[in-house]
This record gives sequence, structure tokens and C-alpha cells, in this order.
Amino acid sequence: MNVEELYEKLRSIQEPKGYYFNKDKGFVYELLRGLLENKERYGYMACPCRLASGDRENDADIVCPCAYREPDVREYGACFCHLYVSKDWNEDKIPHVAVPERRPPEKIK
Amino acid sequence: MADEPDVKVYALSTCGHCKNAKKLLDECNVSYDSVEVDLLSGDQRQAILEEVKELNPRCSFPTIRIGEKVIVGYKEDEIKEALGIS
Repeated sequence: MNVEELYEKLRSIQEPKGYYFNKDKGFVYELLRGLLENKERYGYMACPCRLASGDRENDADIVCPCAYREPDVREYGACFCHLYVSKDWNEDKIPHVAVPERRPPEKIK
Repeated sequence: MADEPDVKVYALSTCGHCKNAKKLLDECNVSYDSVEVDLLSGDQRQAILEEVKELNPRCSFPTIRIGEKVIVGYKEDEIKEALGIS
């Protein structure tokens, strides 16, 4: 699968759930390339913004879309990566901030 | 700049915020040391992870050390302030 195909596939699944891709398409494409790279490297689409361990069980919480996306988009309008955002975030109705990490550090190996 | 701070970026090769942080440093003509932790393995990786945890207990990326200051995440204003160019 190439980046364009992944973009369209994920968009069609996630938009109806209220999760939009960041309007900066170049930035999104970089992250999607990271997801494809991680799929190749680890066998699963680990979050490109987090250090995956290579152990699928340990990394289950950061397989994209990660377990933290829901609370992060609710609180900050964006996931940790700024890959998925809310409509308000994309329309600049809320400030764009660096999302603090929720993942427990002991999972990072 | 004679008293340029010592700058180190702990990054991931796949992370957008890490790339943006390095791009900002490049645009500001700052020389820095950087490491892509996801490309390391074994003892080297563990040693760098210890360094990151010391600076940033959440161990998230990018972690940027500018002199004595530590900036977690791509925070343009804080990075520029730490560099003294805001």
C-alpha cells in the first residue's frame, strides 16, 4: 500500500467517527510514511511519534490509532502526533498545542 | 555566536514533530547533535534511553536539550527562547 492509498483508506474509516486528518497534508503524509515504515519494521503500524519496542503486546496501546487518541483529541483537539485532529482544531477554533505524553514511561524500551 | 549553547535533539526517524524541531534549528543556523533512538539497538539504545529519561521522565520525543534547558515536544517559542533568538 502506498501513502495515497493509506490516506484514503484511513480517512474513509476515521472521518465518520469524528477524527479528521490534520489539514497539513504534507505533515500527514510524513506520518503515514512513518506508519508504513513501522509496519515494515515491526509488523504493525506503531505510532510514528513514539518509540516502539518491537513487542506487539507491549506496544498494543500505540498501534495507530492509539489508545490515547480519544482522550487527547477530547482534551487538546489533536492526538499526540497531530495526525488525527478535531474539526475545531482544523478550523483554528482552538489553539494548537504540543500534546503531553500519556503513555506510561515503563512501556518505553 | 561565540557563546552558542550545546544543543542535543533526541528524536525518532519517523516522527513529524522531531523533523519540525530539527528543521527549526536548521533554519536558525544552530549546530546541534542529534540521535534517532528508534534506529538504535542493544546497549547503545539503553544508554540513550537513560539519558532521555534523566532529562524527560515521560521519555517522549522529541526531547531537546539546549544548554541546561530541556524542551519536551516541538514548542517553537520555547526553543527560540532557549536559544536566545525569540
